[in-house]
Amino acid sequence: MAEPFLIGEAMTGGYGPVDILHSCTIAVEKGEIAVIVGPNGAGKSTAMKAVFGMLNLRQGAVRLGGEDITKLSPQARVRKGMGFVPQTSNIFTSMTVEENLEMGAFIRSDDTIAQTMEQVYDLFPILREKRHQPAGQLSGGQRQQVAVGRALMTQPRVLMLDEPTAGVSPIVMDELFDRIIEIARTGISILMVEQNARQALEIADKGYVLVQGSNRFTDTGKALLADPEVRKSFLGG
Amino acid sequence: MDILNALTAFANFILVPGLAYGSQLALGALGVTLVFGVLRFSNFAHGDTMAFGTAFVIMFTWWFQSMGISFGPLPTALLALPFGIAVTAAFVLGTDRVVYRFYRQQKAKPIILVIVSTGVMFVMNGLVRILIGTSERNFADGERMLLNPQDWKAWTGLAEPLAIKTTAVVSIVVAVLSVALLFWFLQKTRTGKSMRAYSDNEDLALLSGINPDKVVAVTWVLAAALATICGTLYGLDKSFRITVYFGLLMPIFAAAIVGGLGSPLGAIVGGFVIAFSELIITSAWKKIGSYLLPDSWLGDGLYQALSTDYKVAVSFAILIIVLLFKPTGIYGAK
Repeated sequence: MAEPFLIGEAMTGGYGPVDILHSCTIAVEKGEIAVIVGPNGAGKSTAMKAVFGMLNLRQGAVRLGGEDITKLSPQARVRKGMGFVPQTSNIFTSMTVEENLEMGAFIRSDDTIAQTMEQVYDLFPILREKRHQPAGQLSGGQRQQVAVGRALMTQPRVLMLDEPTAGVSPIVMDELFDRIIEIARTGISILMVEQNARQALEIADKGYVLVQGSNRFTDTGKALLADPEVRKSFLGG
Repeated sequence: MDILNALTAFANFILVPGLAYGSQLALGALGVTLVFGVLRFSNFAHGDTMAFGTAFVIMFTWWFQSMGISFGPLPTALLALPFGIAVTAAFVLGTDRVVYRFYRQQKAKPIILVIVSTGVMFVMNGLVRILIGTSERNFADGERMLLNPQDWKAWTGLAEPLAIKTTAVVSIVVAVLSVALLFWFLQKTRTGKSMRAYSDNEDLALLSGINPDKVVAVTWVLAAALATICGTLYGLDKSFRITVYFGLLMPIFAAAIVGGLGSPLGAIVGGFVIAFSELIITSAWKKIGSYLLPDSWLGDGLYQALSTDYKVAVSFAILIIVLLFKPTGIYGAK
């Protein structure tokens, strides 16, 4: 089997001297959606941050398109084509929606930035309407759209989302998931951490159930949803 | 007629000086607020940066005067201003390189940077004393009055004179131009937007590929320019003296905090709030009152709430009131 497009392989490490991840492996194929789920404190976000280079790995490697990027800083990974949407403080609240998107395209110097912005506006029409409003005045769901839009402006090959639906209503959550599927269809790989495990696994090509920083179950989203043990332990029956 | 005389006296003693002084404070507070927004500490060296910049503007002015260069009716100092800004910006960037950068890399807490800036303040203060001395320096030249009190009386036939100094109008015009330029830069240019983004959310700015070193350097250059302009305008309008500039730190910080630290618009509003509060409280209102009230009502008092010697107390009082009741200031969010 060919290697996945992005893989964090056998990652071991943590923020300080104590390891949070124990030989944890996360991977995503081109144009697919991979979801990391698990109980609180399982190291879901930590696993994703490790893939993005926000903590030091003692063991393991991260490869993007076959290239070893383990030693690169998060900023350098952005330039390699990784987009990251943090869970909180993921927008510039005092700046307008349009300025947020412009800042997303800061590293680009080509002249197709306006075109990418149009694509983002097509994906999230409400942002076009509110383009001149400060992003901090928007609702929770709209803020998440700005955050995802900002990350898309770098034209990433992989989009990483840390709990994109935290604190938004179920209707907005479905809406966001639909948009995420649309993004994946354009060929961008999605790696996502989610609290709403059931809904997230429904749209996932690949699911990772983490417990205490290790892989517990890894399968397609459908298979995990069908697995009685996963259902009983992690999806509430 | 009496009301017109009262209005003239009001304009003469409060409105015109207040607009000029408010413009100067606004420029000073803008520098403080920019450094706070981007570098996240209160720069106590700002008053002495103003003195440093002004000292160089004065020396360039003297040099220009000795060569016979003048700016017609306007002060020669305006021609010297760009040179003073260049020297100050270079000095401030050098200071950042040898002092502040070290603490930034250590990720030092803001309070440590405040103390570091106090050290920088003493060094700059000493340098200015060596360069230009501690005595008062007048460097205003050109036309002294834009509106002569005698002319005003002749034109209007009012008993009350109105004098408008050239330097007052220069202060207001230069401040308006500087602020317009600064806001255009912050709102419309890529670098300006990246500065606001960095100030708003440092982590996300780094994730977006914004170069923090460039943002910091641009901020210092802007702060140096604002400090030099502010200091020069104040020096032209009043006079230059190192101890006075050190004391200006108080109203400038009060202005920045009243407006909300980190908010450029707040700095401007705060500047005028402090300037007018100082003037309204320390002015003698007797003259204005004498046109509006019958003589028998007035009595002997000057109707001055506080002697001008205590004008710093006004900014201090406003500062404490704001910190007690609305610590984030008028426009502040954080």
